[in-house]
Amino acid sequence: MLAAGLLFACAMLAACNPEQSALHPAGQDAAELANLFWFMTAGGALVWCIIMGSAIYAVLGSKRPRSERFADRFVFIGGVAFPTVGLAGLLIFGLALLPNWAEADTPDLQVQVVAEQFWWRLGYEAADGSQVATANEIHLPVGATAEFVLTSTDVIHSFWIPSLGGKMDAIPGRTNVLRLTPTKPGVYRGVCAEFCGPSHALMAFPVVVHEADAYAEWLETQRQPATAGNGEAFIAAGCGACHVVRGISEAGSVGPDLTHFASRRTIGAGTMLLTPANLADWLVAPSHIKPGSRMPSFATLPDAERQAIVDFLLELK
Amino acid sequence: MTDKAAEERQLARVWAPPRGWRYLTDVNNSVVGLWYIVAAFAFMLFGGALALIIRAQLAVPDNNLVSAETYNQLFTLHGTVMMFLFAVPIFEAVAILILPPMLGARDLPFPRLSAFGFWCFAIGGVFVCGSIFFNAAPDAGWFMYPPLSTEQSGIGADIWLLGLSFIEVASIAAAVELIVGVLKCRAPGMHINLTPLYGWYVLIVGAMILFAFPPLIAGDFLFELERAFNWPFFDVTRGGDPLLWQHLFWIFGHPEVYIVFLPAIALLAMIIPTFAQRPIAGYSWIVLSAIGTGFLSFGLWVHHMFTTGLPAISLGFFSAASEAVAIPTGIQLFVFIATVMLGNVVRTVPMLYCLGALATFIVGGLTGVMVAVAPFDFQVHDTYFIVAHLHYTLIGGMLFPVMAGVQYYYPFATGKMLSRTSGIWSFWLVFIGFNVAFLPMHLTGLLGMPRRVFTYGADRGWDTLNMVSTIGAFVLAAGFLLYVWDCVRPKGKEPNAPRNVWNAGTLEWLGRVPSDNWGLRSIPQINSRYPLWDDKDLLDTIDQGRGLLADAKEGRRETLVTSVLDAEPLQVLRVGTPTWLPMLAAIGLAGVFIFPVWKLWWPTLGSAIFFLAILLYWLWTGTAEIPEKQTKDIGDGRRLPLYVAGPRSTGWWAMFITMTGDLTAFLAVLFGYFFFWTIHPDFPPVGIDGPGWQWPLTAAILAIVTWGATLAARLANAAGYVTLSRALLVAAPVGAVFTGLALMAGPWTTGLDPTAHAYPAIVWGLVVWVVAHLLAGTIMQAYCLARTCFGRLTPRHDADLWNVTLYWHFTGFSALLTALVIGGFPLLQ
Repeated sequence: MLAAGLLFACAMLAACNPEQSALHPAGQDAAELANLFWFMTAGGALVWCIIMGSAIYAVLGSKRPRSERFADRFVFIGGVAFPTVGLAGLLIFGLALLPNWAEADTPDLQVQVVAEQFWWRLGYEAADGSQVATANEIHLPVGATAEFVLTSTDVIHSFWIPSLGGKMDAIPGRTNVLRLTPTKPGVYRGVCAEFCGPSHALMAFPVVVHEADAYAEWLETQRQPATAGNGEAFIAAGCGACHVVRGISEAGSVGPDLTHFASRRTIGAGTMLLTPANLADWLVAPSHIKPGSRMPSFATLPDAERQAIVDFLLELK
Repeated sequence: MTDKAAEERQLARVWAPPRGWRYLTDVNNSVVGLWYIVAAFAFMLFGGALALIIRAQLAVPDNNLVSAETYNQLFTLHGTVMMFLFAVPIFEAVAILILPPMLGARDLPFPRLSAFGFWCFAIGGVFVCGSIFFNAAPDAGWFMYPPLSTEQSGIGADIWLLGLSFIEVASIAAAVELIVGVLKCRAPGMHINLTPLYGWYVLIVGAMILFAFPPLIAGDFLFELERAFNWPFFDVTRGGDPLLWQHLFWIFGHPEVYIVFLPAIALLAMIIPTFAQRPIAGYSWIVLSAIGTGFLSFGLWVHHMFTTGLPAISLGFFSAASEAVAIPTGIQLFVFIATVMLGNVVRTVPMLYCLGALATFIVGGLTGVMVAVAPFDFQVHDTYFIVAHLHYTLIGGMLFPVMAGVQYYYPFATGKMLSRTSGIWSFWLVFIGFNVAFLPMHLTGLLGMPRRVFTYGADRGWDTLNMVSTIGAFVLAAGFLLYVWDCVRPKGKEPNAPRNVWNAGTLEWLGRVPSDNWGLRSIPQINSRYPLWDDKDLLDTIDQGRGLLADAKEGRRETLVTSVLDAEPLQVLRVGTPTWLPMLAAIGLAGVFIFPVWKLWWPTLGSAIFFLAILLYWLWTGTAEIPEKQTKDIGDGRRLPLYVAGPRSTGWWAMFITMTGDLTAFLAVLFGYFFFWTIHPDFPPVGIDGPGWQWPLTAAILAIVTWGATLAARLANAAGYVTLSRALLVAAPVGAVFTGLALMAGPWTTGLDPTAHAYPAIVWGLVVWVVAHLLAGTIMQAYCLARTCFGRLTPRHDADLWNVTLYWHFTGFSALLTALVIGGFPLLQ
């Protein structure tokens, strides 16, 4: 049965999507913690076998010690001495992994993260020192330590990229920091881990880890205003009241910045892949696809106008 | 011999349960305990049904069996029901049923209080559970974190807050009842170190309830003030902080886990020696480590908050404390194993469940050790790994032991046996189903699945794992239904279980089958931990009525009260008889908690008056009654008083214990004051004046005067100066009213607006808390005044005045402290 269980676990480990897995580390912390997990699991399994072995022996075994002194010794060794030493060791080993961000060097880059129901407002600092607003997709250079500065404007959220490391809460009125160091380029996935309302399950984001120059290139693109052509339908439908498209409409910023929307992989903070069909569906019934979403439905717009908005958005590379 | 037969008939008549509709008026522990157990299991089945819907929704990716809104209600209610309506109440239920016979008592000291607690629990539970049928259930998680729960939830949040506060009344009532029961109602000679281990656990858990539930009550109080009156305790835009709720909730929430776990382990501590056919191998180990576990459990709460951005020093400290609690917990398990090793094992179904509990709980304990390491918790916190961990601890540490306990105590409670075949089948179904459901969840969590998600995408690769978990959950449910069926199927034609069917050593097993209502024929002298094994003449002594209190000549229900440490007989306590009062009082109190959900203030007030009227009638007619004679012959040439007041009486202890819990709640509100001080650089904040020092100082002086007048009234009465005592009892309520007015005058005159900022809100919160207590205190003083005027309180019979004075020690202290803090602390800034 044990073997079957292990086999099942391995099969599952192989079959799962590694984008969002703490056991497929692509960052420094995640790798250390995955090792810690395997180490603790092995130790735990050993302890479980010893205790259950002695319990089953106690019930089924035929030879019985008869002295009370045996009981005292058994309890002392099993219940006091062994766990004290074992747990002290684990504590020293485990707490050594505690982040010491206060005394560490300054991070290589800083990302401002504001969690909102149910998406992520992001801010990067460009090479020229200007702030670059974006949303719902995080890009990082490999090998660099990124500091995420986390807060929230509504309820408590939690920012978690399992393949890079641990999570940290985004709490209204407070600012928390989390540092992560990706070690492998690739596309990963982060999620909100603290229950935050109806669409808690649909509050995710892709994480793209680049080589350093590709990252610089991405950031430079993001810094530019939008170059797309015809935003008339977008503006006429009132989209600009909530969404910024730099260079075209900068009136309201209640919702995600869409300046380089088409460069992103997903719609609705990781809810759906960005495809023309999905985008059209999204405009018709956002709060059906994503319960509790504050975006109104544009189902009443004539199809042609809605299509014009879709076309415009898909040009925002 | 005919004398003895007449005694038995009299005992049977006095302790006979009421019939027909009046069955619901019963207050005897053996009946109320059974109701309680049945109700707790009914809520458990309801919570289980919710879990099955959750599992069905998650069986396949992108499922739309239920909507996100419904799903959020389902998991919130599942957690709430399992914790507040099953795990904690089942402890109270089982303890009410088995504790008195185990200690050699006829009943608990306050049977009507048990019945009152049961009715509060049943009404509150139905109210909270029923909300889901109106799509109005709480939906912000069982932890109710603001601001989600304060600013975005509908009436579900109020139902949670008020409904559970109401149920907490039942928990506190049971804690008071059970603590006094263990301390004061043990059979003569049952020295504290001869108390059955179950009694020790009840004592420890009762004490934990007293210190753990009050912070939650304080949190609920602040929370409801914010919800109903917009006082911004948790609103960051007005100086509040959502983390205050997290602290208060988890200061309750972590001990809660051990409040659930220890009583279940206590059942193992009774079952294992019986089936090892030998005494526990390490009584002192168990007692000391249970105390240690209880103590440490209060120092762990921050491990639920590791990812809220606390400084590394806190993380390190609470990591270490969380690891440390594994040691006393482990000791208890090793003592059990050692006991089995030394004994001659009888292989029975309860033992099978014990082994299942051990196998499961150890997994939960080991993953607990893992998540106590803060950095590892950063990864798995709020994922399915934690879902797996907590279910291994709770099902292994609580459900399996309770199932073992039900198997073990079933013949005791009903006189019939459960089916061995059915027991074995249900065990394996539950055990295998459980592991199939929850073992994979460790992996699901590590592969990135967060908790509390109503759906997940097909591309995540979690579908097989979730399907396996769902199948396991349904197998578990099937096993549990089989178990329940075996318990409830009609057994009329089956033979009765033999007396002491398991050959156990403790007193609860000495009853005849079918059982007698009176519990014990007569109360024996105890001089061992396992009297049925060690004293071969014990059964005869008891059966033939040669023990103490073998008759009920005056036609009253009576039990013995003994001293706390040595169990020296002190008093013959006349306990409450069947009455509608507890149920009516619970209905009245239900109104007080339920109407505010819809802000129906007039019905709330009406319910409060109804509750108060019932309560006063209940106290007036049913407590501190002056007996027809001073002492009673209890046999063996001993005479004991029928009336005792002060620290030797059960009532004084009940007041002391209740007020300890109450003071803890007050201190938790006070903690809120200082918590806000720590998070604000200026406190009181710039632009908001404090309540000044003049009025608070006046209030402090008045509080001392009132407090002193109450104490003086007791002393004067005891010394025979009845008129002086009455004069003081007239003056004291006036003093209390002026204390309250002076306390309110401070923030009132300086114009502190509680909706403006967290600082005025917490000042007013403290004032409101104390004023409510002063108000209750005036009613108590007036009650004593009425009692002395009607001759129900005399210099010799002054229990009421003792208890009210004790109340005032606590309330006077709270009033004084509040005045000093709100008036004095701003001066230090």
